[in-house]
Amino acid sequence: MSEISEKSRLRTENLNLYYGSRHALKDITMEIPSRAITAIIGPSGCGKSSLLRVFNRMNDLIPEARVEGNVYLDKISVYGEETDAVALRKKVGMVFQKPNPFPMSIFDNVVIGPRRHGVKHRDELESIAENCLRRVALWEDVKDNLRQSALNLPLGTQQQLCIARTLAIEPEVILMDESCSALDPESTMRVEELMTELAQSYTIMIVTHSMEQAARVSDMSAFMMIDDEKIGRLVEYGTTEQIFSTPKDKRTEDYITGRYG
Amino acid sequence: MKLSAKSSEKIAKSIIWAAAMLVVAVLAAIVIYILAKGLPTLSWSFLTEIPEGGGAAGGIASPIVGTVLVTAVAVLIATPLGVGTAVYLAEYTKGGAITKIIRFSAESLAGIPSIVYGLFGFIFFVMYLGLGWSILSGGLTLAIMILPTIIRTSEEAIRGVPGSYRETSFSLGATKWQTIYKVVFPAAIQGITNGIILSVGRSVAETAALVLTAGSSLRMPTSLFAPTRTMAVHFYTLAMEDISPANAFGTAALLIILIFIINVGANILLNRFISNKGKKKEAKGGKRN
Repeated sequence: MSEISEKSRLRTENLNLYYGSRHALKDITMEIPSRAITAIIGPSGCGKSSLLRVFNRMNDLIPEARVEGNVYLDKISVYGEETDAVALRKKVGMVFQKPNPFPMSIFDNVVIGPRRHGVKHRDELESIAENCLRRVALWEDVKDNLRQSALNLPLGTQQQLCIARTLAIEPEVILMDESCSALDPESTMRVEELMTELAQSYTIMIVTHSMEQAARVSDMSAFMMIDDEKIGRLVEYGTTEQIFSTPKDKRTEDYITGRYG
Repeated sequence: MKLSAKSSEKIAKSIIWAAAMLVVAVLAAIVIYILAKGLPTLSWSFLTEIPEGGGAAGGIASPIVGTVLVTAVAVLIATPLGVGTAVYLAEYTKGGAITKIIRFSAESLAGIPSIVYGLFGFIFFVMYLGLGWSILSGGLTLAIMILPTIIRTSEEAIRGVPGSYRETSFSLGATKWQTIYKVVFPAAIQGITNGIILSVGRSVAETAALVLTAGSSLRMPTSLFAPTRTMAVHFYTLAMEDISPANAFGTAALLIILIFIINVGANILLNRFISNKGKKKEAKGGKRN
């Protein structure tokens, strides 16, 4: 596991998120270390995914969503007036809950990002595709079927492909929103191995419902819960070891030990 | 007398079945009648010769060319306008006053009888713009007429694209237009194409709007500014003025065959296109779609 003392990549200060009049996240201040996996855990509806989506401004797509407070990616203010959400998303990639390849070939899926960003040469695209597919340990399986539709792949493989597609935009941060929840145990294991491997070069944040997964793969854990007013709060944040062995907050302890819900 | 549940079920089923069969029977009767009357007239010379004696003799080469050109003009003009409007409605507006006005206009256009389009086309394109009775006037009039169909089918197709596709595309750093162009369009192309095919069918079959705008010249058109007579109009004229029932049925048979070929051909093309792209599966992503 990597050291937590490394330079922080992502940081929030008094982050508040509103969907219209609904207060979804309240006063969240946290630092997410680079080259490590930070897991956000907590019961359903506590705002885990909403928090994750703050970092790549995915909430922008919801018309009434509004963010207060500061969010930084290194020195870039994520919600700063100068910051272009499209450019930001090239640095902060996202893998979704369900594998969601586009209805096009495996190759076209992987290189859709680079193509969008102006890479035109066939050779260059081919080497990007090979590189990214190798990184997700998929190259040997699909190298002869690159022209086939990505939708014909098994679900687990689709998710690996989606990760490769995200890697192809050369992000610095990868957000994974319950990316294993639609997968069988074997595929889950493959994706978890991949996460651990990727954490050596990327900052990774995951949202997970599985406590075991958080314990297995993450370096840092953030426990979230809704308060009495149904607003998502960060209850406790620390190294995964500390959160799982000596939680400071009673609510964390209850959740970890399964006494909650 | 009270029927048992079982027998009322049986009766209901037979009535519904009869209704469905009646539809098939009506279609079959029309097609068989027209083909039986018209097929004997169809021959290579009928397809390649220009009509003579107002259609009493000769073939229907010029009406065939006229039909193709008028339809082509209509579809080429209406498709970009219609698809563009659909994209605007489906992707760029959030249901404000402008959206309502656009949608109301499109729906109203759909309810106007084609003869009224013809009258408008005659006054505006033929007289005011001075295009005269011409392929261009006819094509422009038809373009307005088929616009609502293209808008509606395209908008539905675009709305049918799962939100996760857009979300994923944005997450990969795509702009809105890149997302629409590279992700939404390919996923919606089947529905959009269906709308265009429907419109081609309507254009090929239209008479009233074209009598007033494209004219009824039987000469082989030499430019888009030349008047022409489409097959449907030719058929109408031959039948109404009792010029040549045989040739009228020949034209009608060809029309039916043509529309059949357009439908089947488009379906085959589409199916091939879709199997290349992989089967369309639901791929609904995150929770906030």
